[in-house]
Amino acid sequence: MTYLLKGARVLGGEPKDILLKAGYIAEIGAPGEVDGTGAGHIDASGLIALPGLVDLHTHLREPGREDAETVESGTAAAALGGFTAVHAMANTSPVADTAGVVEQVWRLGQEAGHCDVQPVGAVTSGLAGRQLAELGAMADSAARVRVFSDDGVCVSDAVLMRRALEYVKAFDGVVAQHAQEPRLTEGAQMNEGAVSGRLGLTGWPAVAEEAIIARDCLLAAHVGSRLHICHVSTAGSVEIIRWAKSKGWDVTAEVTPHHLLLTDAFAEDSPTGPYNPIYKVNPPLRTRADVVALREALADGTIDCVATDHAPHPVEDKETEWPAAAMGMIGLETALSVVQEAMVETGLLDWAGVADRMSARPARIGRLDGHGGPLKPGAPANLTLLDPATRWAVDPGGFASKSRNTPYQGMTLPGRVVATFLRGRPTVLEGKLT
Amino acid sequence: MMRHLLSTADLSRDDALLILDTAEQLAQVSGRSIKKLPTLRGRTVVNLFFEDSTRTRISFEAAAKRLSADVINFSAKGSSVSKGESLKDTALTLQAMGADAVVIRHGASGAPHRLANWVDGSVVNAGDGTHEHPTQALLDAFTMRRRLGDLDGRRVTIVGDVLHSRVARSNVHLLHTLGAEVTLVAPPTLLPVAMGDWPCEVSYDFDAVLSKSDVVMMLRVQHERMNASYFPSAREYSRRYGLDPERLGRMPEEAIVMHPGPMNRGMEIAAEVADCARSTIVEQVTNGVTVRMAVLYLLLSGSEPAIGGNQ
Repeated sequence: MTYLLKGARVLGGEPKDILLKAGYIAEIGAPGEVDGTGAGHIDASGLIALPGLVDLHTHLREPGREDAETVESGTAAAALGGFTAVHAMANTSPVADTAGVVEQVWRLGQEAGHCDVQPVGAVTSGLAGRQLAELGAMADSAARVRVFSDDGVCVSDAVLMRRALEYVKAFDGVVAQHAQEPRLTEGAQMNEGAVSGRLGLTGWPAVAEEAIIARDCLLAAHVGSRLHICHVSTAGSVEIIRWAKSKGWDVTAEVTPHHLLLTDAFAEDSPTGPYNPIYKVNPPLRTRADVVALREALADGTIDCVATDHAPHPVEDKETEWPAAAMGMIGLETALSVVQEAMVETGLLDWAGVADRMSARPARIGRLDGHGGPLKPGAPANLTLLDPATRWAVDPGGFASKSRNTPYQGMTLPGRVVATFLRGRPTVLEGKLT
Repeated sequence: MMRHLLSTADLSRDDALLILDTAEQLAQVSGRSIKKLPTLRGRTVVNLFFEDSTRTRISFEAAAKRLSADVINFSAKGSSVSKGESLKDTALTLQAMGADAVVIRHGASGAPHRLANWVDGSVVNAGDGTHEHPTQALLDAFTMRRRLGDLDGRRVTIVGDVLHSRVARSNVHLLHTLGAEVTLVAPPTLLPVAMGDWPCEVSYDFDAVLSKSDVVMMLRVQHERMNASYFPSAREYSRRYGLDPERLGRMPEEAIVMHPGPMNRGMEIAAEVADCARSTIVEQVTNGVTVRMAVLYLLLSGSEPAIGGNQ
């Protein structure tokens, strides 16, 4: 199938015509100067063309919690959000800690066809933190796993973390750490600060994240390996990562859209009253000062990328008292809009910056071939078209995700994905799944 | 008057004074041989207790019954809740039964706020996790007023596990609203980390504030804190933060001693102090029924007079 995207602003630049042919970008030229004979014409005037987004951190819940999300529904949500590849986290049931499970998830992704699914392998068997999972077998499997993470649980044992970092060097892997010192966060419900003190909810102190990040940066430097830090949430973490990078160490980091926009104040004061666990997430929403530091760090590249930590939960796991509720929020279908709101409309990032932080860098960290751009002739036709001028009221009723736990319900956000192409084939057209 | 009583922070000074003044009126009834009023006849009050708290439950039960309400006691143990029923489903059940008020005690902070989303009736917070216990603060304020008069400018010192205390949080808000000056005293481990915006003073030194206190309120120290390194030992806690006869002697002469109960005698409070004439601990229990009557009355019958003309 051949498509001519007419008048698209590549990375927010001047309008161009883009010809997609046989899965690749065949030609990019001035409007009217690209021969689109026989191609499907798509009016892309006013739309921004970005390389297909890549998520380093998605929970697709299959196998095990198909009531919350499936590979089919989660990847549909991803495509609608402008993604052409997602990394599926390992904390499924059974855990993705063997070649068999990662290959199953990878195949489910291929069958769904909405976007590429790159499984993440568990670092330790059963996420139990006692012994390494068969990392090499997962790396050598059809799923070609390169990112390993016990996400949801911290690899808190320093020796085990050291061994994991060393071991993955053999196949250019990376350990993505969920930084949470377990003893400092027993029973933790929300950011430890003024709000938790008033609400009487057990605090999750920033130091519990920062202490692990500092330790792991030092470990990665010591063994000369690659470390990636999941969902950085505090200003202190940013300083430590900035310091580690200044040493030349191979440390990368991600931030979620919700940590770029929301604060712990929502636990106390929201349109739906206090204690609504729709705002309960791990790591927790932090303070305004943390949000400011995270935005600046993403803008200056200290934080490499945005990752959604899309975490679907069924209604009954959120319609509860706060401490009983599951942690996490969905984010695939709102990520780009939130980044536009938090980073673009504030002048912190331009669209080329967004492409770098949401596509190029996550693809590079995940060693994902064929994704991450750049948008130029000869590159695989993985791209998304965004209408930056639209504003929309978030209504999870219309989401492709099976879950509804979005913290943005009722908010008006800028920017909507109009079309997404995966290797030249549209997965989304006119804002709808094809 | 508001629809629910979830937090003392929601009470204006007028609201708080209305409750206390209404309680004062109702206290007269408690002195009669027939203690019952017909005010809430035909109304249903559900006591929904997810935590064992016999003292608080029977206090609310007595309050509702003295106002002639029908009382349903719903305890989580041995009920559908222990079989995994959610708070929301329990709420919908109570709603379907036509509960006019639900008095909830729950181990989770904020559970009463959540419940209020799911029932039409009034919700009264009877203690939620480590958040608030508004009727305890109201009965404490009522007790102070009876002993000391107007609370404006009165100095109230609250000593103990502030971090986990719903009594402390409710008292800080309410006493501040009523014009009292509150000082919280605790070892630093038992205070929240960021208290800059709490309307009170904070001290680590009990002895430094003793002589400047019109009220000393001792909080219960839970046994489980002792095994979690909040302080080295019960003995050391007692030495630094316990109220013993020697410390009592250094309090101003009219100053009173309070405790929300149940007490750990010999731990945060010495037996001689608990039983002395300046202790209001037994009065607090009596006043608890009266104040809870006032709360239920004001939530459920609004502006009608508490005590009808037909007395």
